[in-house]
Amino acid sequence: MSTITAALGTDRARRLRAVLTVLFAGAVAVGAPFYFAPFQVFQLTMVLLYAVALAGLNLLVGFGGQISLGHGAFFAAGAYAAAVMLDRYDTGHLATLPVAAAGCFLLGLGFGVPALRLRGLYLALVTLSFAVFLPPLLKRLEPVTGGSMGLTVDKLQPPAWSGLAEDQWMYFVVLAVTAVALLLARNLLRSRVGRALLAVRDNESAAEVMGVRLSLHKTLAFAWSAMFAGVAGCLYTWVIGFVSPDSFSFVLSITLLAGLVVGGLGSLYGPLLGAAFVMYVPSVSQDLSEAAPGVVFGLLIIAVMFVAPTGLAGLPGRVLGAVARRLPRTAAALDRTPEAESAPDAEPKSRTESGTSATLDPADPAVVDAEPVGAPPRTEKE
Amino acid sequence: MSAVTDLLQQVVEGLGSGAVYASLALALVLIHRFTGIVNFAQGELAMLSTYVAWQLVASGMPFWLALPVTLAVSFAGGMLVERIVIRPVQGAPELTVVIVTVGLFIFVNALAGLIWSFTVKDFPQPFPDGAIDLSGVRVDWSTLGIIGVVAVVMGLLYLLFQHTSIGLVMRAVACNPSSARLSGIRVGRVLMLGWGLAATVGAVSGVLVAPVLFLEPNMMGGVLIYAFAAATLGGFDSPVGAVVGGLFVGVAETLTGAYVDVIGADLKVGVPLVIILAVLLVRPQGLFGRAAVERA
Amino acid sequence: MRKTTALRAAAAATAALLTATACSSQRGQDAQDTAAGGACKGQQTTGITDKTIKLGGIYPLSGPASAYGTISKGVAAYFKYVNGKGGIDGRKVQFIVRDDGYQPPKAVEEARRLVEQEKVFAVFQTLGTPSTAAVWDYLNKQKVPQPFVATGASAWGTDDKHPWTVGWQPNYVAEARVYAKFLKDERHKAKVAVLYQNDDFGKDLLGGFKKAVAGSGIKVVAEESYEVTDPSVSAQMASLARSKANVLLDVTTPKFGSQALAADAKNTKWNPLHIVNNVSSSAAVLQPVGFKNVQGVVSATYFKDPADPHWADDPEMKTYTDALHKYAPDADPANQFNAYGWAVASSLHKALDTMKCPTREGLRDAVRNLKDVKVGMLLPGVTMSTGHDDAFPLETMQLMRFKGERWQLFGKPVDTRKEFGPLTK
Repeated sequence: MSTITAALGTDRARRLRAVLTVLFAGAVAVGAPFYFAPFQVFQLTMVLLYAVALAGLNLLVGFGGQISLGHGAFFAAGAYAAAVMLDRYDTGHLATLPVAAAGCFLLGLGFGVPALRLRGLYLALVTLSFAVFLPPLLKRLEPVTGGSMGLTVDKLQPPAWSGLAEDQWMYFVVLAVTAVALLLARNLLRSRVGRALLAVRDNESAAEVMGVRLSLHKTLAFAWSAMFAGVAGCLYTWVIGFVSPDSFSFVLSITLLAGLVVGGLGSLYGPLLGAAFVMYVPSVSQDLSEAAPGVVFGLLIIAVMFVAPTGLAGLPGRVLGAVARRLPRTAAALDRTPEAESAPDAEPKSRTESGTSATLDPADPAVVDAEPVGAPPRTEKE
Repeated sequence: MSAVTDLLQQVVEGLGSGAVYASLALALVLIHRFTGIVNFAQGELAMLSTYVAWQLVASGMPFWLALPVTLAVSFAGGMLVERIVIRPVQGAPELTVVIVTVGLFIFVNALAGLIWSFTVKDFPQPFPDGAIDLSGVRVDWSTLGIIGVVAVVMGLLYLLFQHTSIGLVMRAVACNPSSARLSGIRVGRVLMLGWGLAATVGAVSGVLVAPVLFLEPNMMGGVLIYAFAAATLGGFDSPVGAVVGGLFVGVAETLTGAYVDVIGADLKVGVPLVIILAVLLVRPQGLFGRAAVERA
Repeated sequence: MRKTTALRAAAAATAALLTATACSSQRGQDAQDTAAGGACKGQQTTGITDKTIKLGGIYPLSGPASAYGTISKGVAAYFKYVNGKGGIDGRKVQFIVRDDGYQPPKAVEEARRLVEQEKVFAVFQTLGTPSTAAVWDYLNKQKVPQPFVATGASAWGTDDKHPWTVGWQPNYVAEARVYAKFLKDERHKAKVAVLYQNDDFGKDLLGGFKKAVAGSGIKVVAEESYEVTDPSVSAQMASLARSKANVLLDVTTPKFGSQALAADAKNTKWNPLHIVNNVSSSAAVLQPVGFKNVQGVVSATYFKDPADPHWADDPEMKTYTDALHKYAPDADPANQFNAYGWAVASSLHKALDTMKCPTREGLRDAVRNLKDVKVGMLLPGVTMSTGHDDAFPLETMQLMRFKGERWQLFGKPVDTRKEFGPLTK
């Protein structure tokens, strides 16, 4: 085991492996819509677009350390921007994407400024009340938004040359946008901005002393994050073709945050896992209990958090880590109590020892910063 | 009715709603003081307690006997929840614990619907019917009753926090569990106690508001949002802050809803948002909260 | 090391190949089943055989609107009861219920599942205006009937682009017209205060009411809205009391209906005539307020309230109660939503009986060609009628007043189409 780890640590092997992984994932992603039934392709499309929103939230919560319970509102803003443009101005679908993105970026920037003063819990609850306030506001702006009846707009239609069905075309468009968005998120984090954010999250005062411009980076994190949510909202309008104020209640915001935490905070592919959870688990819950799907869904959320306190993305690492710890040092492992294993300090060890896991690339920030994955955004401590 | 009595009448209505928000906000503050987290399931646990009381009364138990039984059951239930649901994720990131309470919220809400259905239930009113008339302003006994009980609970919590050794212990636990454990505090027990007490305060809240809001599984969902607003405004540390915050939010939204036509009843929910934002920009720790001391 | 990477490469390549070659193995050829010959030649027979008929419904079994989820139990109990008696025209009904949590995107997903995977004959029913509006484009494009949606928005009947969708319950505008007529007859100088839910339901009813009283001596002097997420309507009721209106039109859903009735009863200084809309008129809403506090309240209805002792000896009500005990033991027969489910399912049964062809097209045409069809659970005098220019099966309601411990019907059933003319956009 350890020899493999060492061997794979070399640069060439790592690059090769990364390329292969990407190729493989790409092949699966491109093949999927030809294999699955149309409604399953639709489900995959929804997973991808939620993943964009979660990736944005991840920038803010996972890397920026600020909790937002109002991302449903940015999602709604993006969705409505697209719907209104399609409905009133007949602009065509592609034109709505940059507008939704830019609009939400600015909205996030506006929100980022007061957010500078607020921390942890207080920021979370202020953003939550923003999410609560948005639906009645959308209803009030009836001449533009169509009021409580909402707006029905055209879905994305495949061009004739593609020869694809509607669901397949939508899937590929959303896949392309998602891929770009996820790459952007990854590059953002590897850039100056990302390093600054991580520094700020891990130790704000120290980062400030080191010369990180706190307010700039925190505000920008909010803006980027809102932009991703807006893009996801825009895709939502393309795919669903219908928006209404009650589709974007504060429950959506809470669902997004729950999805992110379940998927894995601060991990690059956590958003994908979280989106899949949000998308599929409610249906699974209904299959398990017709009478009260909510009972099962609630229990499943709790169960996942028990098994994987750092989210599903951290699970393989945890499992492999636990195995690796036990194998060479059985004697030492024996006197470890289960509590000790689930203690947060067990996390980095498991991550570094389990470098063999195919998707955990040591060059990823997700692994570099393994220790405080999903670390509590520091609330006021006396 | 003159404009002044009219205004006063609206203020009374606002105080009534505000007291409802404050009652749940007290439970939120309590759990936050003990554990440092915000508990999304607090309202649903209160709703569950209220159903317990309703079930007891419906099976023939007199209300004033059912009440202490309910409070005892809620206390035990809260401790049980901590032991079974929260303990396994203790030490995990804070946000993980918060999401567990979101899961608990969904679970309890659906469970209540499964057991008691979504039909509205009537809940016995502990306070006398009718109202007193203060020179034209009508104040229901139930409104007075709710405000009175909320004041008493607030006083008790204040005493608990400031004048008992538990107050000190739980601050130590909320601040730094591992240090607290090293200094000989049995952290697990303290946390169980916190959940038990919060569930009890929540049960009081549920029993108080059920005759006004009518009992059904979604009864506390809306209250929770306003209770969050109340606690945020007042500061998540302070029982006095929670009550002042609750009353303030209630009065502010009622008055603007009634008198500012541009805002109207549909957008009145935005009023507390603006106030909270304004207050927090000046005092990020809320009106009565203690300022955080940063240590690098 | 080289071995490992080679292995990995091989594995990845195989997997990609497999994926590529396995193309369309789940996707299948979506060839529609069609009728072979006769007058029905070429029409879709998906989901229907000589022995079975497959229906799918989308209801909020979880989430904020789960109170309505129990409608699916009433529907399912009816179909089980009918299956026990040999089915609908010899066809056993298979009824699939899916949960959308009252979220439009989820409703779209479930509609696609029902149509593409379950291959249902028709989507019966979708519940709520947002969910219905989110899926009706899709269903009409797929040419799948969407009969008797569980929402009273007037859009379902006034739209001409969605021939496969049709409403059932009296639309909210029709209900508003009934109250308008009542006031015109009995209080032609009424000053009306309105409490309404801030969504399509409240807005439709309020708008319809204003239109119906336009030009008469009746005036709307105050209106207050609430959100479903609000904890209570007490502040709104206090504002309405200031208007000194002599009629209160109460457009609420059950919990808020109870709150408004209680607030009205508590305020001894303001005693308007309280008109509560049909959704909140169940005895189950009034009982928690206390019967002594709701005397004289007026409402309108179109189906029999199972909580009303008046119908205790009604044969259809007895069948319903027995069937519910037998097939849905966990559902409360006194809950009006279960009775609603029973009524709408038996309405569909009647419509299926009149199909000329056992095809999707046959059902689409049948629900738009109903002539005074009687349904046991509907009030005497209330029948279903549709036509090529009329997509509202039910437009008749009867007024009732609460007296003692139950509702008392009064006056004749009001046919709003006759009284006010057809509804237009």
